[in-house]
Amino acid sequence: MNLLSVSHLNVNFQVKKQSLAALIDVSFTLNRGERIAIVGESGAGKSVLGFSIVNLIGKPGYIASGSIKLDNKELTTMNLRQLQEVRGKRIAMIFQDPMMTLNPVLSIGHQLVEIIRSHTKITYKDAKNIAIEKLHKVQIASPETRFNQYPHELSGGMRQRVIIASVLLLNPDIIIADEPTTALDVTIQAEILQLLLAICRDHGVALILISHDLGVVSKVAERTLVMYAGQIVEEGPTLEIINDPQHPYTQGLLNALPQMTLPGHRLNQIQGSMPPLSERPSGCAFHPRCPYATEACKQQQPKFIYSGVSSVACLMIENMIDEFDRDDPVQSDNVLEGER
Amino acid sequence: MLTFLLRRLLQACFVMIIISVISFAIQDKLGDPVQQMMGMTASSDDRQQLREALGLNDGFVSQYWRFAKGAIQGDLGTSYYFKEPALDVILSKLPATLELAFCAILLVILVATPCGVLAAINPKHILSRLLMFVSSIGLSVPIFIVAILLVYVFSIEHNVAPSFGRGDTTDVFGLWQSGIFNKDGLRHLILPSLSLAIALMPIFVRLIRAEMMEVLQSEYIRFAWSKGLSARRIYFVHALKNTMLPIITVGGIQAGTLVAYTILTETIFQWPGMGYLFMDAVSRVDTPLVAAYLMVVGGIFVVTNTLVDLIYGLVNPTVRLASHGL
Repeated sequence: MNLLSVSHLNVNFQVKKQSLAALIDVSFTLNRGERIAIVGESGAGKSVLGFSIVNLIGKPGYIASGSIKLDNKELTTMNLRQLQEVRGKRIAMIFQDPMMTLNPVLSIGHQLVEIIRSHTKITYKDAKNIAIEKLHKVQIASPETRFNQYPHELSGGMRQRVIIASVLLLNPDIIIADEPTTALDVTIQAEILQLLLAICRDHGVALILISHDLGVVSKVAERTLVMYAGQIVEEGPTLEIINDPQHPYTQGLLNALPQMTLPGHRLNQIQGSMPPLSERPSGCAFHPRCPYATEACKQQQPKFIYSGVSSVACLMIENMIDEFDRDDPVQSDNVLEGER
Repeated sequence: MLTFLLRRLLQACFVMIIISVISFAIQDKLGDPVQQMMGMTASSDDRQQLREALGLNDGFVSQYWRFAKGAIQGDLGTSYYFKEPALDVILSKLPATLELAFCAILLVILVATPCGVLAAINPKHILSRLLMFVSSIGLSVPIFIVAILLVYVFSIEHNVAPSFGRGDTTDVFGLWQSGIFNKDGLRHLILPSLSLAIALMPIFVRLIRAEMMEVLQSEYIRFAWSKGLSARRIYFVHALKNTMLPIITVGGIQAGTLVAYTILTETIFQWPGMGYLFMDAVSRVDTPLVAAYLMVVGGIFVVTNTLVDLIYGLVNPTVRLASHGL
């Protein structure tokens, strides 16, 4: 059974009298100990998806429909008290900017101990011991001293370590990391990523990594979801997505990597930019920026279909598979068979 | 810490010098003390004589010099009316004013904080809207109208609390006549401290609400929610502590407003404090007393703001008073 399963999730933002869709029919599953990545440009809905899992979308956002199940227990209908049991204890989050995530007026120790103490009945002393042990685990030197310090006395990388330690306190099943290295400088990025990866492996924690950095994703995630304009457009094993991207958007993302450009040439980029929520294009939302767009793309919403080991939502690929079907029905049957 | 206090002391001296110059300079403009002291019937020779005796005919600089020399030794002149050292007269009224101010501040903290927090947590709730509406009225209605209304409702219509005076006082260690420790004194405190508190409350309710709403939007609050902490903990530990930082600073500055309002409140309620004394001194052209009052209030100001800075340093870990010696 899946640890987490999100199905047909729709999240809207209520702006004045208008309801704008931020997530449209998002479905995915996560197994125990599995590491997946959600990638896409800014505004694709990656963070909204991350936050909606623990029902923490900031107002005016709300879950309009769909279900999110953790161990078969529905999260979307839980009240605050039940959610508090899940948050931190079973699903923990790491935020983007460690400079902003820790409360500036509370000591590191206070912020760690309160997590343990609000979920378990335990003395302050025991909680402190656990906290110091976890600080040690995330390779913070002299954790006893750090315990009594305040966030402003720590560097950015150090703070992100503290946050990772805070996430580990209660041995959660899932860690949702929302761009955990974006705000850090490059040398520290790799260290933090290594740490996160090691921790997930050692403890068998499932990870949802939200990122726009495919380099980061390729090192950490086993499976990748590509999001565009609030929808998942491609899903598959990370290696497959990187080596053989199906959706034109994924291809564009990969081509935009600096490593894909020869020295001395201009960087590749996807033309145009992500549409705002209020100006979502008809049909396939990517069609205004897609180099392969046809008339049909403007009208018809592509379905999510299997293509090899990945799934993709693109009319062009759908048509190609259909054609392939007609030419060689036997073989295409085999392909479909294989996916199931 | 020591450097901080020393620096503060130096600043305080500087502030006091400025206050003394100003308070001394306005003495001349208040009226003629001699006329007040001798009445209408005195001859002009007698007046001249008294003038000479009081040193009022000397130039400004030599008068100020005399005043300053005395002030350094703790002598702020002698009240024309009480014929006693002005400082002693004022200090004898200080407990009454401090108690009034203390009760008002206590009321403001106890009422404004929960109101502001509630209005920030549920900004759309009908009670929050009502609170905002009432506080905007409170901001715009002058204190004497509030005070007179309170007197009308609570002591004339319903005899709940007395409307003037301080009531019985108890002697505390022989240096403080306190009204807090007996029932009658407390009953007399109700209306004056309430009207003083009402004058300051709206600003604080609005400030706390606005500040808290901003804090609640911050990432660390969202992170606190993601940790599964209880709502109470998030609002009252994580958010409130950050909310209070700017409020503490404003509170220190509002101490000045408080002093101004004590003059009004004490006059309305005939509260035998410094403010009431000051109004009397002004109408009697008791200039040494006026100057002494301004000096004492200036001193209170410096002390409160130093205290506020110390508290701020305690609440905000990023401010280290000791190392920066602010």
